Amino acid sequence: MSNSTSPGGLSRRTFMTGSVSAAAAMPLVATSTKAAESPTAKAAEPRDLSTISMRINKQAYTLALDNRTSLLDALRDHVGLTGTKKGCDHGQCGACTVLVDGKRVLSCLSFAVMNEGREVTTVEGLASANGELHPMQQAFVDHDAFQCGYCTPGQIMSAIGCIDEGHAGSDNDIREYMSGNLCRCAAYPNIVAAIVQARDEIRRA
Amino acid sequence: MRPFVYERPTSVSVAIAMASHVDARHVAPTQANTQFIAGGTNLADHMKLGVAQPVRLLDLNTLAEPALRQIRVTDDTIRFGALVRMGEAADNNDVKHRCPLLADSLKFAASGQLRNMASLAGNVLQRTRCEYFRETSWACNKREPGSGCAAMEGFNRQHAVLGTSDACIATYHGDFAQALIALDAVVEVEGRHGPRKIPFARLHRLPGDTPDIETDLAADEVIVAIDVPLEAWSRRSRYLKIRDRESYAFALASAAVALDMDGDTVRQARIALGGVATVPWRARAAEAALQGKVMEEDVAEKAADAAFADAKPREHNAFKVPLGKRTLVRALFETRDMKV
Repeated sequence: MSNSTSPGGLSRRTFMTGSVSAAAAMPLVATSTKAAESPTAKAAEPRDLSTISMRINKQAYTLALDNRTSLLDALRDHVGLTGTKKGCDHGQCGACTVLVDGKRVLSCLSFAVMNEGREVTTVEGLASANGELHPMQQAFVDHDAFQCGYCTPGQIMSAIGCIDEGHAGSDNDIREYMSGNLCRCAAYPNIVAAIVQARDEIRRA
Repeated sequence: MRPFVYERPTSVSVAIAMASHVDARHVAPTQANTQFIAGGTNLADHMKLGVAQPVRLLDLNTLAEPALRQIRVTDDTIRFGALVRMGEAADNNDVKHRCPLLADSLKFAASGQLRNMASLAGNVLQRTRCEYFRETSWACNKREPGSGCAAMEGFNRQHAVLGTSDACIATYHGDFAQALIALDAVVEVEGRHGPRKIPFARLHRLPGDTPDIETDLAADEVIVAIDVPLEAWSRRSRYLKIRDRESYAFALASAAVALDMDGDTVRQARIALGGVATVPWRARAAEAALQGKVMEEDVAEKAADAAFADAKPREHNAFKVPLGKRTLVRALFETRDMKV
């Protein structure tokens, strides 16, 4: 479905990325430092756009966004990183989990404008440049830790945060500290097994 | 969502000055045009729902004062900076060791992600999860004063049995607040007229005729710290939370208990109840029933009866009375049996 061709000859994914992200999101490379540090212009009127600079998956971005834009919508609709999923959009399901400055948070309940200067990591930022999966991604594949896969990016980001916090000591700990990530397919036993494998691998590394 | 202006105050005094508009003196903080945001987990949700409609947000995360982000433990007090995140406080070894009730009440609240976002001060100010409050097409005296209360004759399984009024039966769902009210915490606030200290028990207001006014705070006041005194009962303390599922759910009933024991005899007890009341709920009658008594089954049960003596159940939440009593009795024995 996502690669189906529209009448205009553009795939849906190409159309989405081309129309939304290119206009609003300019990945800045070597010359980005100055722009990223410049103070955000104050929005005097509620409908004024705010200029927000942040690093997403180690790349600098400067975005012009309505203040109402959630970090989730900024990532998906303005940067084109659709790996992060919108489930409930009210902080109840965990599908939108990303790391901000290394901590797992819900991107649906965070206004993008509040993330000025932050370092955001999404599921797209986990694999290495040569395509080698992060140990947590590989563990989810190894243990078949999903069925439909919609909650998976959130599960993976949350699991990385969970291990980093030191809350993945036992299977019970993992269940308790991963309880904010719902899986309607109920792949929970396999998710726990995947996290145990990745935890041991990350510890060895 | 209503469009809003977003600003970044650089200090507490700047934030107060920015919030001190005329309307801040006449309306509840939750109704003010200018509102503070910290973790945002409650406010952003309410803005999406249309329950909250600020036109200007002041981001407290940009305040420079380091004390706002610190936990300071001395011999007789734990002082939490207002912007400390729930997860950080729950994982703090001093807090876990000196007063397990505080750490447990945070650990069993929300999810790992929400605990990383939510500030302690914002957490105690969280608003009810009453479904009729959250869905703007229903009558709700808390959201729209004078409109009525759809919960009274509606599906009120999760609603309060203590502290209710004819205008509102919405439950206060927070957990950390139960620990704070049991432990005689004090909230330090700064505002237009300078700093003041509020006993935690006086921070929240009973719904009465004005359920829209939830706290003692003005719209231009900022919580800067929460002080918890460390007493003889702090180490022998525990939070028991009973839910529809094992984790990541609001309490159907919970008990915050701290005991100072002389052998089997209770010197002093500190008790609060969650999931059953409209505000953080100190159970003083239950504390009095335990004082000087040997903690046995009938004594604990009498204390629980005293705690729920004034309960006013409605059609779907009558189960909270026996559940709340059993939760308290179990928490009392588990606390008594703690090795400290």
